[in-house]
Order: sequence, then C-alpha cells, then structure tokens
Amino acid sequence: MSMTNEIIKQRLTEKFGEQVSAFEDSYGMLSFEAPKELNLKVLNFLYDDEQLKFRFMTDLTGVHYPNQAGRELAVVYHLHNLVDNIRLRFKVFTDINQPDIYTATGLFSAANWMERETYDFFGVNFVGHPNLKRILNVDEMDYFPLRKEFPLEDQTRIDKDDEMFGRG
Amino acid sequence: MSEHHIKLPEGSIEKTTTTLNLGPTHPATHGVMQNILELDGERIVSTEQTIGYIHRAFEKLAERRPLAQITTLTDRLNYCSSPLNNMGWHLTCEKLLGVKTPKRVDYLRVIIMELARISDHLICNSIVGVDAGAYTGFLYVMQYRELIYEIYEEVCGARLTTNIGRIGGFERNFNDIAFQKLEKFLREYPAVLREFENLFQRNRIFMERTIGTGAISAERALNYGFTGPNLRAAGVDYDVRVHSPYSSYEDFQFNIPVGTTGDNYDRWLVREKEMWESLSIIEQAYQKVQEFKGAEADVFHADVPEYYLPPKAEVYTKMEALIYHFKIIMGETNIPAGEVYNSIEAGNGELGFYLVSDGGRTPYRLHFRRPCFVYYQAYEELIKGSMLSDAIMTMSSLNLIAGELDA
Repeated sequence: MSMTNEIIKQRLTEKFGEQVSAFEDSYGMLSFEAPKELNLKVLNFLYDDEQLKFRFMTDLTGVHYPNQAGRELAVVYHLHNLVDNIRLRFKVFTDINQPDIYTATGLFSAANWMERETYDFFGVNFVGHPNLKRILNVDEMDYFPLRKEFPLEDQTRIDKDDEMFGRG
Repeated sequence: MSEHHIKLPEGSIEKTTTTLNLGPTHPATHGVMQNILELDGERIVSTEQTIGYIHRAFEKLAERRPLAQITTLTDRLNYCSSPLNNMGWHLTCEKLLGVKTPKRVDYLRVIIMELARISDHLICNSIVGVDAGAYTGFLYVMQYRELIYEIYEEVCGARLTTNIGRIGGFERNFNDIAFQKLEKFLREYPAVLREFENLFQRNRIFMERTIGTGAISAERALNYGFTGPNLRAAGVDYDVRVHSPYSSYEDFQFNIPVGTTGDNYDRWLVREKEMWESLSIIEQAYQKVQEFKGAEADVFHADVPEYYLPPKAEVYTKMEALIYHFKIIMGETNIPAGEVYNSIEAGNGELGFYLVSDGGRTPYRLHFRRPCFVYYQAYEELIKGSMLSDAIMTMSSLNLIAGELDA
C-alpha cells in the first residue's frame, strides 16, 4: 500500500488527537505542528510505527518569528520515510524566553550537530543534548545571530576602514 | 624522597596518551578545520573536530538578497561542484514560483550537473590517492577537470564559482565550442578514467590502505543522516535523482552503484562507478539535446519575465522589458509566500534548500541542508580505535569540503 499524506495525517490524529494541528500541504509535503513537550513523543511515534517508518532525519533547523508572542522560535524537522519515499515537515514552537526543547539525539545521531547549529544561531536549548555548545561561531559570542533582531551590517556605513578588502 | 612525591604539572608525564593536532594532510585541513586526536601510540583514543573557520553567514546574508543574488552564495558551498549547487537553488526557486522548464533546458542542466558530479568525484577519488601516497593519478586527471571547467567557461564565463544558469533556464544558449568540448570530453575521458582505475582499483598498497578502514554499517549511516556516495557505499540505494526525480532525470537510464561494507574502499569504488554512470547520462542527454531541431534548438529558458532578464536590445527599446530589467536587477519583485523544501543529489549527497518566504522581496529564512555537515559528525565514530594513518584516508574518502561544512 502506498503511503500518502492523508494516511499520515490520519495516523497522527488517531494517536495524538487535537494536539497535532496546522496540517498543511506545502508543495506536496505534509507539514504539521505539535506542542513542544510532545516533540519526542511525536518523533518516536513516527519512527516506531510500523506503517509510518519515518526513520531518516533529513534536516533540523530553526526559524525566528519575532511577532508571534509566546511562540517566537520554531524548530523544524524534515523527516523521510525511505521505504515508501515520502517526506514530512514537523514543527514545534517555543517561547523565546524559555526556549527549552527535548533533544532528538537519542533517536537520531544526525541531530547532534544540527541541534548544535540551531542552538548556535537561535539559542534553542536542547534539553538532554550531550554536548550543546556553539559549532560554527566563536565560543565567546553572546548573542544568537540568526534571530531577526540581530542586524546585518549597514552597507552604506562609512566609518569602517575596509581598504584592504576593496571597499575604500 | 621518591619520585612519587614530586608534584608534576597536570598533563605532563603521567599522561599516557599523546595529543596531536592533525594536519595539514587534506587540502581542507589547511587552516579551515581542526582535528585534535588523542593517541595511544598510533591508535586513536578520541577526537575532537572544530569547524566553523570559514563560516560566512550565508543564511543570514540570504535574508537580505533577492532570489537571483543568492545563486552566488550557493557557488561557495561545495566549490568542487558549484554548478550542482546553482542548479539546486534554481530548482528550489522554480518550485516556489511554479515555473515549468522546457525539456531542452532540463537536458542541458543534466549535462552540466553530471559534468559537475564527475569533477567532484574526480577530485575526491584522486585526493584519496594522494593521501595514500599516489600523486600521479591526481595530476593526470586534473587535465580533464580542466576540460570540464573549460566547458563551464563556454557556457557561463566562469570556472570555479560558476553562477551558472538562471531561474527558468540558462543565461545564454550553449555555443558550438561548448558542444565541441563536450564531444572531446566524451571521446577522451573514458580511456583516462579507465587508466585512473587501473592505477588504484586493484593496486595492492591502495587496497591494503582502504579495505576495512573507516567502515560504517548501513544502519549507523542512516542514523547519522548519511546521503550520497557515502551512504550508498554502506549498501543503501538512496539517490535523490531516482527517489524524487528533478530536471527530467526520469528520462534517463542509469544504475545506482552500491557498496557493501561502507569502508574507504567501497566509497572510492562507488564514486568511481558513479562517474561511469554520469558519463552515460551525459551521452544520453547530449543525444536528446541534438534531437531538437529548428526553433526548438534555440530554447534555453522558460518564459518567466519576472525573474528572467530580458535581452539587452529589448531593454533599450521596449518599455516592458525595461521595467522587468529594472525590477530584477534591483530585486523588487515580491516572491510568493510559502515554505518549500527541495533537494538534489549533489556530489556529496542530498543538498537541500529549506526556503521560507513571507511574501517579501527576499526569503524570510533560508536553510541549506549541507550533506557534508551532516555526515562529518560521524567522523569520530569512524576512526575511533583505528590507526592514525586510517584517519587520514577516512577524512579524504568522506570528501570533506570546508565550504559546505560551514556555509
């Protein structure tokens, strides 16, 4: 039996009821969200369920929505069922003042660095991560650069001596 | 007073292991990444990898750039096969915008992408040779990478950071010299690849160095998010070109080579076989391209006036073209709101683009799923307990590209 987005949606609502929401078909990929406390339950269910078999983590990243009070940070998982060749997108949202989310490293070794990267750029605190420290930026950094309040350099600034880099 | 009472500074004599800052061995270890090994004799006890030395904040930069200007950022991810990244990005934009490209564009793209794959695998496999002490193969095949670069040059004018193609197609049609060079490549390369293979494949020293080293099981590889040749070497036949075909890959006949043990030798072999498959794909695509006659043979882009620059002559004479030209150059076209994830089979595996748009002129958020970044975290597991010399081979056979690691 081939797997479709409807079947996944049905299986998820059977298991989690009202808690999984915002189902959406975005360019053919099923997208949904769940409360952040449930992220591991959902990931485990997707992994273990004999029918769903989402056992490959393609991607994990964050998005910052400064205007959504109480749910500013999103953590986005892209999972892949390699047997039936179908992907899905799963999101959890968290308050930026208490950005604690359970780590997925117990389930996917791949999540290790991806979570470190998400922590590095968005400040999401992955609870239970074995080695949650910055990965691409310097350790001394005291801000999270992919958050929207962190500005890009003003390209018209003139107070900087950039002669060596071709901008006199 | 016996020597036991002397207070030695911590980590001096009673320490039985040696700390070694590995490198530079591989071209990527010349300052762009750090590998600290803890050695017991020649055996690796633990390692720590530090990356991020060439992190350039592409994801942040992309939030201020219109779509067309992001192509140049993707060049600098895996710079051994920039055209693959460029095409992946164009395909992502086209998916978001709903652009349908003509068949001829797809086939031309396939030619360029497979050339890029060959040049990528060629570098990786010959660097594995260099790290095993065989420099000749590397220098020999460089000639043909050069020929591939010359083909890029004819098509887009650049060699390394290609910025090749546009949203909807190519910036110009392939000229005759490009096709002549392609024919030359198809004619001469098989013999070179065969000779390259003869240098290594059954070479006793090479086999001893690579068989059984840096091995990973299929299960662990999947758990670590391996994709591309490294995953296929472990025996999993996952290839984006087959699983979710893009750019008309479904029109081609090709095999997916898989290994069994996931060790350095299998990774080398998988890449080697993939080059043969790529050659066959290029031949098929070139044949298909030649079948277009008359007006069809001049098609090299789709009709997307909002994103595809109009011909210069029209910009100077027609109002509409002038407006589009201005809007594209200044990046004043709003892109549709939505979230799209699109991936292609790049040289190292699944290169994914996660693009979130809020309907503005630039992406709201763009994330690159870099295959290198995902599988390099397995390096420690791959080399723990093995010899120092195996660590060097493992690093090069994973094909680490620092640009892709750091983004």
